[in-house]
Amino acid sequence: MKLVNLSINDKEIQAEEGMPLLQVCLDNDIYVPNLCYLEGMEEPHASCRLCFVEIEGRPVASCTVKVRDALVVRTDTEQVRRLQRTALQFLLSTHHVNCKECPANKKCELQRIAKFLKVGLKPKHLEQHLKDIETDDSHPVLNYYPNRCVLCGKCIYVCRKKHGHALLTFAKRGIHTVISFYGKEDMERLPGKECLACVKICPVSAITLKA
Amino acid sequence: MREELFDAIRKEAERRRNEFTEAPVPKIHIGMATCGIASGAMETKYAFEQTLAERNIEARIHTVGCVGHCYAEPVVVIDHPESGFPPVFYHEVTAGKARMLTKLFLEEGDPRFEHVYGATVENELIPSVMEFPRFSQEKRVVMEKCGHIDPEDIYDYIADDGYSTLVKSLRMLPDEVIREVRDSGLRGRGGAGFPTGRKWELVRKSVSSKNSVSPIVICNADEGDPGAYMDRTLLESNPHQILEGMILCAYATGAHKGMVYVRAEYPLAVKLVTKAIQQAKELGLLGKGILGTDFDLDIDVFQGSGAFVCGEETALIESVEGKRGMPRYRPPYPVEKGLQGEPTVINNVKTLASVPPILKNGAAWYRGIGTKESPGTAIFSVVGDVIHPGLVEIPMGVSLRTLIFDICGGIPDKKAFKSVQIGGPSGGCLPADFLDTPIDFDSLTEAGAMMGSGGMVVMDEDTCVVDVSRYFLDFTQNESCGKCTFCRIGTRHLLSILERMTKGEGREEDPEQLELLSEDIRNGSLCGLGKTAPNPVLTSLRYFRDEYEAHVSEKRCPGRICRPLTAFYIDLEKCARGCDACVGCCPVDAIFTTSTRKKGIDQVLCVKCGECVVACPPQYDAVKRVSPPNLAPIVEKK
Repeated sequence: MKLVNLSINDKEIQAEEGMPLLQVCLDNDIYVPNLCYLEGMEEPHASCRLCFVEIEGRPVASCTVKVRDALVVRTDTEQVRRLQRTALQFLLSTHHVNCKECPANKKCELQRIAKFLKVGLKPKHLEQHLKDIETDDSHPVLNYYPNRCVLCGKCIYVCRKKHGHALLTFAKRGIHTVISFYGKEDMERLPGKECLACVKICPVSAITLKA
Repeated sequence: MREELFDAIRKEAERRRNEFTEAPVPKIHIGMATCGIASGAMETKYAFEQTLAERNIEARIHTVGCVGHCYAEPVVVIDHPESGFPPVFYHEVTAGKARMLTKLFLEEGDPRFEHVYGATVENELIPSVMEFPRFSQEKRVVMEKCGHIDPEDIYDYIADDGYSTLVKSLRMLPDEVIREVRDSGLRGRGGAGFPTGRKWELVRKSVSSKNSVSPIVICNADEGDPGAYMDRTLLESNPHQILEGMILCAYATGAHKGMVYVRAEYPLAVKLVTKAIQQAKELGLLGKGILGTDFDLDIDVFQGSGAFVCGEETALIESVEGKRGMPRYRPPYPVEKGLQGEPTVINNVKTLASVPPILKNGAAWYRGIGTKESPGTAIFSVVGDVIHPGLVEIPMGVSLRTLIFDICGGIPDKKAFKSVQIGGPSGGCLPADFLDTPIDFDSLTEAGAMMGSGGMVVMDEDTCVVDVSRYFLDFTQNESCGKCTFCRIGTRHLLSILERMTKGEGREEDPEQLELLSEDIRNGSLCGLGKTAPNPVLTSLRYFRDEYEAHVSEKRCPGRICRPLTAFYIDLEKCARGCDACVGCCPVDAIFTTSTRKKGIDQVLCVKCGECVVACPPQYDAVKRVSPPNLAPIVEKK
């Protein structure tokens, strides 16, 4: 293990060489908004586009940067914030904002990031693009809410980690992308209520146990 | 290497070629690529066969690929030495024309001058096609043999010197091959323009730095830009040149596996390239111990399911691995860690097809074509409002004006040029001020468009740039894989704004919104598809902002295309009394007869389909289009 010295927001930090920059920031109490990153991922998914930081004047997703010696990072510049706000507003424009009735209320990652970035939950300048189906109840044990989902893919990742292969997947494409179970599920094949890794990991309660 | 193996193949090819050319009968060469077939080349071929049989005329039919002259399809060249005429190039040869030519030219020796396009060689009887700019100003390197050889016959390619470069290069060391390609300055023709020699070098490096790895060569034929069909035509017209390029690449990089990734929507290309691989295998040009060396290579065909994003190299790899075609974050680049974790070279069809001519003639020769930074030729499929659309291969550095006005004949119907869209959904629209821009990687990028893979859409004055942007955003948001936030949701928002502008519901802040969101999508997206998706909007906003503003503030469409913003009316001065041409074609019965027995359009009923414009006889030209719609004069019914 080799330690390197880097600077984040003018703070001198020591970290293990090759660690994801996002992890190093979080470990040092420098919050960088993120949705799709999990500690220990072999390859970053790099899809939520929230964890931008500025390196050498350019915005980069910090989950994709491996720390090296003499790296100079800023997490709070104007262009970083602009990209983060736009990304969050995009997510909110496809999110059914109904916090009062949402089980994620007060522990929701979107609420936390919105508060951090000082973004209203209902961006006025963007049209809402909600999916037609509010609840997908095709799974025997779980319910899926497409209009809550931020498509971070964490559920697929933990499912694959736990069972060797994922029991859920991305389906459709573009704005219609959803998380899907593989059609009519055979209870025999499923861990059922035993696992619930996907429910626990979901940052916005888009997958819940059936009531 | 056992050169005698190839000598035998070459002798056989020459024997077959001589037997064909020396046969004392006329030869009919018919272009049978997808473009030709779509225009009726199958029927043409059948008509020739039938008429020849009926009239008991002996002739040879030689099916060839595409010469790139789409406007002239089906294209037929008849070589009838006995008639005393040189080989003649005929255009738009329908079945009827084929029967007529069989009778009058093949039987009676009259080439029917009114149907002749030109002779294919210099002579004193018929002007040669080489005098036309569409022929003389092109520089064919990659497409040299396209439309002249039968893509289904490997011997036809070998008789034209095919695979001889492979033999020559197998005598060189792999590093020497790479050096030659690097020195030629060849840049990737898939759009990004990355130096090909450098890519090969990187793969070779990652092979030598790791042990027991087997690199893979992939030919990327997942062509997906709307209006672009260069790769398809090459695969359908000369698949062996691409295979030869792949074999050379594999030899240089140390690969033993190759793959042609071609979309399933190209059934003829799939069929022909599969056949070509089979033939090359039979002759020992592929497989184990190629031409007696210890170099092995197998090439497979992989049919992609037609997702645009799978042209992006990491998404392409994912899809071959059986996963969802979603790009992954680079680095690691495929040259280091690609298919199944092995170093992978992914080159575009045109890049690979450029390799045999480069190695045959040398790097210095290639550098002599084109510009310093972008050597070689560029192939464009020029479509849209030009007189002679089709595939054009030009040396880099030729200006857009030369390409559009000289080579492709300019804009039809005496209309004015408005804009040219280069680079497909990732490129941009350039206005007339940029017509003198030289065509090369750097100049086009600087102007705000991009080289792209070679799609070029020319637009005349009757086009609406807002509508064109809407079209491209509709395409990209449809083709977005849905992985990253900016592309998945951002492109949908751009489309929403453009849609409401074209409907006349644009808001004052919309042009600025478009600009801000576009910049964020460009800076924030994960892969190239998302990063370049806003380009059509950004360039047209830069060069045609007034049109966007006209849509919003005046509810006017300057190109008179957006239906809610236009109206049709009939100019009573021009309308011919008693003429009914427009009445019958109107699908909603919106056209009525006035008291003066002229016609008027009921603006309430009209759906603005434009059928009446087409139906009105050109000598009257009475149907007019205006924007905003309230400019249409009110015509009383009685």
